[in-house]
Amino acid sequence: MTLTLGHFLTLGAMLFALSVIGIFLNRKNLIVLLMAIELMLLAVNMNFVAFSYYLNDMAGQIFVFFILTVAAAESAIGLAILVLLFRNKASINVDELNTLKG
Amino acid sequence: MDAKTGLFYVFALVLLFAAFRVITARNPVHAALYLVLAFFQAAAIWILLKAEFLAITLVLVYVGAVMVLFLFVVMMLDINLDGVRKGFWKHFPLAASVGALIALEMAAVLMGGFRLSEARKPAVLAGQAAAEFSNTKELGKVLYSDYLYPLEIAAVILLVAIIAAIALTLRERKDSKYINPADQVRVKRGDRVSLVKIKPTAAAPAAAAAEEKA
Repeated sequence: MTLTLGHFLTLGAMLFALSVIGIFLNRKNLIVLLMAIELMLLAVNMNFVAFSYYLNDMAGQIFVFFILTVAAAESAIGLAILVLLFRNKASINVDELNTLKG
Repeated sequence: MDAKTGLFYVFALVLLFAAFRVITARNPVHAALYLVLAFFQAAAIWILLKAEFLAITLVLVYVGAVMVLFLFVVMMLDINLDGVRKGFWKHFPLAASVGALIALEMAAVLMGGFRLSEARKPAVLAGQAAAEFSNTKELGKVLYSDYLYPLEIAAVILLVAIIAAIALTLRERKDSKYINPADQVRVKRGDRVSLVKIKPTAAAPAAAAAEEKA
């Protein structure tokens, strides 16, 4: 039994499903929410790399490169907002973030 | 089942376990450390897929930079764990059904087509050329020719992220002895020294004048 493209795609799908479950479970903890988003991006990157290998097309790896860049920027800004939020509210509970609700 | 398949299953199992612990760990520090483990396993799987450069980038950028940032933030904030964990399992039925739905749908799609077991080899790449094949070199060639413009945009995105992160968290302290260099340069003599005319209260000493004459 050799490895097929389906193995890697299945792994990516399971990782994605796990991180979706994580987003549902950690409704109150903003830090773990950000981590679940990172896991989701990892699952997507896994699919890109697998397709890039099996279809022998470099474009998939280029896309992973850009996704990594954007994910790093996203997590930096997300953590900055998190620190700011904690400074103002002394809590990272997502349910308490209703200032803009009107 | 060859060695590569066995390695894939080991890495995949550890990766899924680490991901599971990331979303269920009670302590956010543990969650961050399990995320580091997950990234390492993913890098190993990418090496199986012959994407060495990206695997090393994943370890350097994610484990080296992003996860350290996460750990810093987690340790800096004093999180009330009990409040955060309250009602943790309340959404579990919904979460499990949505997750199972995603996995089943993906499985239904994946069961059909993707049976590719061998990488499609280009006609040029054979024999000696295959031994000298460098993933990094190929990536660089494509990245700096076809994707040069997106690369510049990615650089600008990083710059924007740096400025945004600094601008968001910069805070001026009320009690700091901060000095504005522009004001320092613009200062004039009159701002610092003021001459005050003081009337002499006693007459000039006559003795000194007399000594000079002598």
